Amino acid sequence: MIGEVITATFIISFLAATLRMAVPLLFGTIGEAFAERSGILNLGIEGMMLMGASVAFTTTFYTGSLWLGVGVAALVGILLGLLMAFLTVTMGAQQHVSGLGVFFLGMGLSFYLYRIFVGELGGVPPTVTPFRPIYIPLLGDIPVLGPILFQQYVLVYIALLLVPIAAFIFDRTTLGLQITAVGQNPKAADTAGINVFRIRYLCLMVAGALSAIGGAWFSIAQSSMFLPLMTAGRGWVCIALVVFGNWMPYRILIGALLFGGIDALQTSLQAVGVAFPYRILQMLPYIFTIIVLVAVARRATYPAALLKPYRREE
Amino acid sequence: MGLGETVKEMPIVVMKGITKRFPGVVANDNIDLEIRKGEIHALLGENGAGKTTLMNILYGLYTPDAGEIYVRGKRVTIRSPRDAVDLKIGMIHQHFVLVPPFTVTQNIILGMKFPRGILNLEEAEKKVAEISQKYGIKVDPHAQIWQLSVGEQQRVEILKALFRGAEILILDEPTAVLTPQETKELFKTLRSLAKAGCAIIFISHKLDEVMEISDRVTVLRNGKVVATKKTSATNKRELAKLMVGREVVFRLRKARAKIGRPALQVEDLHALSDRGLPALKGVSFSVHEGEILGIAGVSGNGQRELAEVIAGVRKATSGKVLIFGQDVTNRSPKEIIDLGVGRIPEDRLQMGLITDLTVAENLVSEVHEKFSDKFFFLPAGIFLDHAQINNYAEKLISEYKIVTPSRDALTKTLSGGNLQKLILARVLAQNPKILIASQPTRGLDVGATEYIRRKLLEQKKKGAAILLISEDLGEILMLSDRIAVIYEGKIMGILPAAKAKIEELGLMMAGTPLSKIRGGRK
Amino acid sequence: MPPQLKAKIGLPKFRIEKRPPPPLLTRVKWYVLSVVISLIIGAILILSAGVNPAIAYYHLFSGALGGKLALTETLWRFTPLLLTGTAVAVAFTCKFWNIGAEGQMLAGATLAAYFGVTFVGLPSWVLIPLVTVAGFLAGAAWAAIPAILRAKFGADDVVTTLLGNWIMLYFVGALVEGPWRDPYSLWPESPAIASAARFPTLIPGYRIHIGLIIAVLISLLFLLIMRRSIWGYQLKAVGANPRAAGFAGINVGRVLITAAILSGGIAGIAGVNELCGTHFHLKGIAMGAVGELSWGYGYAGVFIAMLGGLHPLGVMLAAFFMAIMINGSQAMYRATGVYSPFWRVMQGVIMICLLIGIFMINYRVRRVRE
Ligand SMILES: Nc1ncnc2c1ncn2[C@@H]1O[C@H](COP(=O)(O)OP(=O)(O)OP(=O)(O)O)[C@@H](O)[C@H]1O
Ligand SMILES: [Mg+2]
Repeated sequence: MIGEVITATFIISFLAATLRMAVPLLFGTIGEAFAERSGILNLGIEGMMLMGASVAFTTTFYTGSLWLGVGVAALVGILLGLLMAFLTVTMGAQQHVSGLGVFFLGMGLSFYLYRIFVGELGGVPPTVTPFRPIYIPLLGDIPVLGPILFQQYVLVYIALLLVPIAAFIFDRTTLGLQITAVGQNPKAADTAGINVFRIRYLCLMVAGALSAIGGAWFSIAQSSMFLPLMTAGRGWVCIALVVFGNWMPYRILIGALLFGGIDALQTSLQAVGVAFPYRILQMLPYIFTIIVLVAVARRATYPAALLKPYRREE
Repeated sequence: MGLGETVKEMPIVVMKGITKRFPGVVANDNIDLEIRKGEIHALLGENGAGKTTLMNILYGLYTPDAGEIYVRGKRVTIRSPRDAVDLKIGMIHQHFVLVPPFTVTQNIILGMKFPRGILNLEEAEKKVAEISQKYGIKVDPHAQIWQLSVGEQQRVEILKALFRGAEILILDEPTAVLTPQETKELFKTLRSLAKAGCAIIFISHKLDEVMEISDRVTVLRNGKVVATKKTSATNKRELAKLMVGREVVFRLRKARAKIGRPALQVEDLHALSDRGLPALKGVSFSVHEGEILGIAGVSGNGQRELAEVIAGVRKATSGKVLIFGQDVTNRSPKEIIDLGVGRIPEDRLQMGLITDLTVAENLVSEVHEKFSDKFFFLPAGIFLDHAQINNYAEKLISEYKIVTPSRDALTKTLSGGNLQKLILARVLAQNPKILIASQPTRGLDVGATEYIRRKLLEQKKKGAAILLISEDLGEILMLSDRIAVIYEGKIMGILPAAKAKIEELGLMMAGTPLSKIRGGRK
Repeated sequence: MPPQLKAKIGLPKFRIEKRPPPPLLTRVKWYVLSVVISLIIGAILILSAGVNPAIAYYHLFSGALGGKLALTETLWRFTPLLLTGTAVAVAFTCKFWNIGAEGQMLAGATLAAYFGVTFVGLPSWVLIPLVTVAGFLAGAAWAAIPAILRAKFGADDVVTTLLGNWIMLYFVGALVEGPWRDPYSLWPESPAIASAARFPTLIPGYRIHIGLIIAVLISLLFLLIMRRSIWGYQLKAVGANPRAAGFAGINVGRVLITAAILSGGIAGIAGVNELCGTHFHLKGIAMGAVGELSWGYGYAGVFIAMLGGLHPLGVMLAAFFMAIMINGSQAMYRATGVYSPFWRVMQGVIMICLLIGIFMINYRVRRVRE
């Protein structure tokens, strides 16, 4: 009897956790889809996420406003996106190297700014009051589904909403057609009168904003503090997920939920005290990502102009 | 009638004193050009004369260093293709600029505005169908670009321009990718467009076509205008002289060589393209020692895949490649090289050369392991002997007259003709028994072209078996002993060059097997 | 004239033109200039912490270079950085994007720790080569996996090597918090390795040890390989254009995997160097994110390889520069309170400035006038 009850609550909390774990991945991966569809591999995403986590925390720490924290994170993400765009689009620098540069910058600056504005790393870190799940009346009372779907964070709903919005943009708007064209054949887009540079800048700004918001999730929703490298490689996971999702938002959602599920399984198992070394459980999401990447890599249809800078007179 | 004449005489585009420099070349040197409404104006010039550059300037892709452009009498600055489109200028590029995974409709409407930015593909498809009806240019609006033949893709490009209301239409070497029959079709379309009032700029280096289609012709040489003439007031011979700058000898003597045993045999070869679609569907032929077999055909019909399978860089899905009777199907490139097969790839920059390495390093790229020596106590096979490599490189550079600052210069600083000479030197220095030459003279000037062709004939005389793959039918006819025509991955027929007729070859290039042509006549 | 055209006239416009490769001196000039501009940006960062940059930089450089202690400490840090920088440079030369030197270091240290703890009875001249080879093999194996995944399945190596870092990190964590934990230690760490496995110091009383010599020898070997060997030629060719290299008969997959093995192996030795030269225990996870033993040196290797232009001597210079930055940052922190993650920011700043510098080497920017 008792065993069954535990199982039921376990499953509910596991599924709810799955959704939560998927949030930063959704933000990051949808953002990455924008960048890559326009032909730019944004390897800076991990750095953007860390910066998001850092400035969102600092802003909230000082103002007490969580949404201001999210806003500032998005703004900083846009700035990093602009930097990435300047390097790869205007200067046509190698995208791998540019991305790593932005990663290093974001990683270092996220520590440094935190220490300037908040204080020492180590010891007991200061905290903020993080986002709380909201409770949707009536719907929240539905058994099983209620706790999973309707007692969630607002950011969860925003992340879920991003999926149809991105899908709509990619499939049904002229902007989406232009983004895809730029990523497939920038010269064709250019001769058709599309401003390749503007589209790529725009996409990288979107990518920066979304991944930084995804990073903010770690410091002001999932936890209440900032820790160095707290995104723990989730940005790199996004780069794998966008391949898994074949650059399509709904498939990305599936990927994010799968990965979120494994992540949640790991934490849920820890929570109920399963006798299994938790470090090994922590490895699971990364191993899973590699397996997924290997499985889909050959079938993935990469945007044809990915990694290739475009310059008219060359 | 008289009024019509004046309208026809009014210049719609005037380019004045256009100059454009690229590192190391003046691509356009103070060029003046005048295009009138309703005329077909040919732009004639050799490879590298600056035709594409001039038109890219008119289309806003390149910014000129100096010069003025007037459209419909007004001074304009064309900063981007968007501006050109707004001025009703359309351009069909030498290398098409379409988005392969998009449909015809998506390509045509790309960059156009829709209410509130939301796509309405159904309506767009209707419009595309309408316009294709109006001009009598047939395309399937639902088809994806990669499924279309090159000729069909060109029609999409033309529709794309017309859809944007182009009144000034630039076609950059449009016939290079067409069969003789398709060319006729295109000319019909162009004439009717001109009649409807379009100004058409037709770029070519084929004299016959220029004589046939154009009203006036402007000849470019080395980035300068050498003459503008009424087509009816000139002739092929004069144009050729203007274009090349000297009297041209159109003939190269085909040397006869002793035909030996079969060297390269291909049996029922099948292979896939990069997209995973069947590109070769049962190709068979054989090439003998002392013989050149020419593979003619419009580009994109499996030539690239054929050369790559033989070179060992693409897997055959079935069938066989035999070298002197030995089965070498799907062997590695190294094994194929070691069997004495020389390969001149069609893509010099991506396949043929490692442009970030030096000239010397590229000259030995296929044989570098042979330049090894003992190094202190270590055996040969680990370290390179640079002195020996340098000697070898110096020898080849002077023997093949490769123009380079030094053997240690980066290969990417060489001109196109010299890049090809470099590949030729690398390959011929090994004295190959079999030579696979893909598009060996594409994009080269007359001098380099002649040089390369002469070398191929020399090699044949030495007894090599040569497979010559070329889109240039003239080149095939000039060099080959036998001609095979490839269409959609199949050989349409093989016939001796002496007996080949252009019309027959044209029909074969368009997909009629030789047996049918000959059979039909009986 | 269409309205769009009118609106655009009058805006300043720049044109970017490719230029022929400039002479060495110009290249060096831009490299140096990039670093100088980075230091200026660094000065702004220092200023934002409320400290006079001149004083801070003085402490940074004197703390890293002033005096025998400072210099030996800097060389002591230089050692693992030279190794990881070389490791990454080998991989990047053929465009195998190995961002996994951090994990490969840990892999090397782990296997070395196993031998170092187990074979207590062996003499130094057996044990030291043994743990070094063990570290090489472990690092090589850990790097070979992503290389094989890329060659066989086309899996993106950036992602797989990077995720490998986290897997290895948690694996080491699991070991030292579980079965390998030294019961007598307060921290999660393995028992100490045999004293015979420890790298002898070079100068009594200072921390520099024979790891420095090993690292410099490996770096020189890398130089020799790139300059003279057949394999070095192939590595360069595959990096510059894999399709053309394959066409010319070079076995691209094999070159790639060999490069991964060498790269991972050298990173593994960096791990051994840290274990046997500095820590003597296999250590756990620091800050929840990097190995306490690898300490982000693997990531720094990426930066060093780039800054060094993938050239063996350049890498050596870059590693030394990085060692100054890290060591000096701490001296700067002690003296002025400017936070030590300063060097981590500088990694990003320098890399970005360097990209701009490289751009200026290859291109000319001209103002266009109508
Ligand atoms: N983007 C570019 N960068 C550098 N050089 C260029 C560029 N485009 C053209 N050139 C050079 O300018 C010259 C003129 O080239 P252009 O393409 O205009 O010739 P073309 O007459 O169209 O020849 P073809 O018949 O081969 O198409 C050539 O020497 C070419 O190498
Ligand atoms: Mg041209």
